[in-house]
Amino acid sequence: MAYDLERYDTFDVTRYRDESPFKIHGGCGLMGICDESGALMSGDVAIRAMAVQRDRGNGLGGGFAGYGIYPEFAELFAFHMMFHDMRAKEEAEALLAASFAIEVAEPMPTRPVKGITDAPLLWRYFLAPHPEVLEEREMSAEDYVVQMVMNINARVDGAFVASSGKNMGAFKGVGYPEEIGHYFRLEEYEGHTWVGHNRFPTNTPGWWGGAHPFTLLDWSIVHNGEISSYGINARYLEQFGYTCSLGTDTEVAAYLFDLLLRRHKLPVELACKALAAPLWSDIDRMSADDAALMRSLRAVYGPGMLNGPFAIVLGFNGGMVALNDRIKLRPLVAARSGSTLMVASEEAAIRAVMTAPDVVWAPKAGEPVIGRVAGMESPVHSQLHLGAAEISCAVTGTDVSCEESLEVAV
Amino acid sequence: MQQTFVQPEFRVRIDYDKCHKCGRCVQQCGWGVYDFAERPIPHDEKCRACHRCVTYCPAHCITIEKNALAFRENDNWSTNLVKGVWKQADTGGVLLTSMGNPRPYERIFDKLVLDACQVTNPSIDPLREPMELRTYLGRKPDAVQVESDGNGGFRLAEGGGMTNNLKLDTPIIFSPMSYGSVSLNVHRSLAMAAERLGILMNTGEGGLHEDLYPYQDHAILQVASGRFGLNPEVLGRAAALEIKIGQGAKPGIGGHLPGEKIDREVSATRMIPQGSDAISPAPHHDIYSIEDLRQLIYAIKEASGYKPVGVKIAAVHNVAAIASGIVRAGADYVYLDGFRGGTGAAPAVIRDHIGIPVEVAIAAVDQRLRDEGIRNQASIIAAGSIRSSADAAKAIALGADVVAIGTAALLALGCHLCQSCHTGKCSWGITTQKPELTRRIDPEWGAERLTNLVHAWSHELQEILGALGVNAVESLRGSRERLRSIGLDEHTCRVLGVKPAGM
Ligand code: SF4
Ligand code: SF4
Ligand code: SF4
Repeated sequence: MAYDLERYDTFDVTRYRDESPFKIHGGCGLMGICDESGALMSGDVAIRAMAVQRDRGNGLGGGFAGYGIYPEFAELFAFHMMFHDMRAKEEAEALLAASFAIEVAEPMPTRPVKGITDAPLLWRYFLAPHPEVLEEREMSAEDYVVQMVMNINARVDGAFVASSGKNMGAFKGVGYPEEIGHYFRLEEYEGHTWVGHNRFPTNTPGWWGGAHPFTLLDWSIVHNGEISSYGINARYLEQFGYTCSLGTDTEVAAYLFDLLLRRHKLPVELACKALAAPLWSDIDRMSADDAALMRSLRAVYGPGMLNGPFAIVLGFNGGMVALNDRIKLRPLVAARSGSTLMVASEEAAIRAVMTAPDVVWAPKAGEPVIGRVAGMESPVHSQLHLGAAEISCAVTGTDVSCEESLEVAV
Repeated sequence: MQQTFVQPEFRVRIDYDKCHKCGRCVQQCGWGVYDFAERPIPHDEKCRACHRCVTYCPAHCITIEKNALAFRENDNWSTNLVKGVWKQADTGGVLLTSMGNPRPYERIFDKLVLDACQVTNPSIDPLREPMELRTYLGRKPDAVQVESDGNGGFRLAEGGGMTNNLKLDTPIIFSPMSYGSVSLNVHRSLAMAAERLGILMNTGEGGLHEDLYPYQDHAILQVASGRFGLNPEVLGRAAALEIKIGQGAKPGIGGHLPGEKIDREVSATRMIPQGSDAISPAPHHDIYSIEDLRQLIYAIKEASGYKPVGVKIAAVHNVAAIASGIVRAGADYVYLDGFRGGTGAAPAVIRDHIGIPVEVAIAAVDQRLRDEGIRNQASIIAAGSIRSSADAAKAIALGADVVAIGTAALLALGCHLCQSCHTGKCSWGITTQKPELTRRIDPEWGAERLTNLVHAWSHELQEILGALGVNAVESLRGSRERLRSIGLDEHTCRVLGVKPAGM
């Protein structure tokens, strides 16, 4: 049975996901924690770290992502979804059912929390694409998942995929992060890596999907900052097929990581050097080999350099990377306690979690702090072969140049 | 001879009560305006309003006024048009002129404004923080390829990085002006300044004089349709080579340097006989198609030991398509010369009516190269007429990598924009080969003034970047989001990729 696609082509997609046609300005707080031994921590850790940074947000967006939280379904894609209403849910589920084996479909466990109102319907699904569908399309499972996420976000009015990776999930919404964390019962999950975010948008969005983290498969990104080079970063990405349509700096950072790590296959250390490039005066003092490498990185990726104040944490299934802008205009503190690495906007967050850290330091401008969970893969989705425009759609839920690719059959 | 109807454009007024009768004005004027009979007697009809005499009169007793003869009002027939008809009826010739298009077409730069950061993101103080202007001119790979260095680090993979780019300490270079149209002392000034500033001068089509060999690493050598002053040895000397296809002031037009200007030095540098006219044909007679251009680009690369090769074109209607072809033909940069660009001599009808503004050319070319995914393959140099650091910043925000200045550089050397370069009598010693005039420019003095100018503009660019909250020029380049237009029509805004102010 082929799914009824006609109606999606003619569907008047009201853009549930669009917060603003223009760039959104705002400040934020963030955290990231990673136990490099792979030992698991309760999500309560992330809540505590964000709760002490409450003043960095204004209650208009908070969120978390946890890694290693679904060991019993580690081989399945975990879809965290938001629905505006039952109709959106039914449509999205029909799309999923058409090409995925859905092992589990259940409401997200939540509890009532004062301050959290107007929640959408929140569901999660553990699923795997039917092998014959992949064979027929000659696609990897990852490619297919990204395409599905894109289709749902762009085509199903009122539905949004908050995360879609394996053994990970994003929990986000409108509210202060500690409220969101309690609402999603985060303390009941255990993960080796957590990232968290508190948002201070200067417009009034009120859209759950607009909170951080932004995700793609098992990547998640939280971001505090304002990218003053947004204009050229977005135009640079357009050359590679990415369409920056959400109007947030975070989107630009997410695509740039995708471009450099996945498509250009740069090691994460060097991708960070391209995005927060060293000063020429420092490059000139490096050894000949290093200087040649840095000169090329800077000259080639100059249009992608993130200029302006920012701190970013990128989470993935093998760990996390935290990065500050090239002259450190936004706060970022790091600490280590045994095998646990932690970063946050404020040291208070670290002290709220680590009683006696071995070392606390302020990472230098543009110097990435990298946490790698022992025995896990490098953060490159080598199996992914989708075009950039498709990925762009998937992350933002926008509807760009995807018309041809919507062809879901059983 | 019959009386010409054309009356003097200017009146030279001397306050004889103050005049010392020293005769300096007589000696200073390149156009022979003055006779001297106990006191200076000006012949107004020869005056070009170059202000040389005014500047050097010790008594400050000379003023140049407009000869404001009243005509019956006529919006349709401007005085200039009327005079043009009279002059051509006198001579039967093409009206010649020089410098850039002075007509009141829209000046787009003046209708664009820049952004600044407040609160949500901070501005940066360029006096306290690094503010980087360094720019690499040339082709870049799309991606950098690295390999492990065996010690847990990384190094460039073979052929995986940027090669053959020219390092500029600031994204402002000097535009091509040939030895022959300008004097050797002007060339020396430009070359010395380029070296001090860590930028480039451009020989124009007249070749590289021996005296400039010490500065060859800061010189772009032009290959123009006349092929003057070129051989493999000189090609090997220059920092980069530039094929000149067109010039903003005279798109589609060749050049003609009269034999009188071809003295021994010019003849040696251009490699043509002394006293012979130097004629640059309108097209290159070996480039009748884009394939031909490709062959020439690669021939020059081969002959020069693989130096960067750029192509200079005039901004005309289909500039984006032409530029795309040029990049695909292998050029390392495209030089876009807008219709306001200057010239040593051009027919007025061409200068004033052909070509498009450089602002739209930059925008169209940058966007086209991005649409085709080849923007990284070549740099864009924009020129014609960059009048200030603000113009430079706006050109860069529209998508230029580098701007080139010609008229502004000559202004620094004394030019007063009298638009009479084609006469070869420049009182300021710039566009002339007469020894008594060319020695008015001391290259050391000239180099210092040019260095000052580019330093000043660079500081201003740093101030602008700081206000924009970025600390490297690559974060402004092509960042049209940082521009807004005031009073430009919707269509132009769309071409420029710029929103109207308030959005
Ligand atoms: S230079 Fe001045 S002072 Fe000397 S003769 Fe001329 S007008 Fe008189
Ligand atoms: S042409 Fe120049 S120097 Fe000669 S009189 Fe006029 S302003 Fe003075
Ligand atoms: S260079 Fe000399 S002749 Fe040409 S406009 Fe300037 S002052 Fe006049």
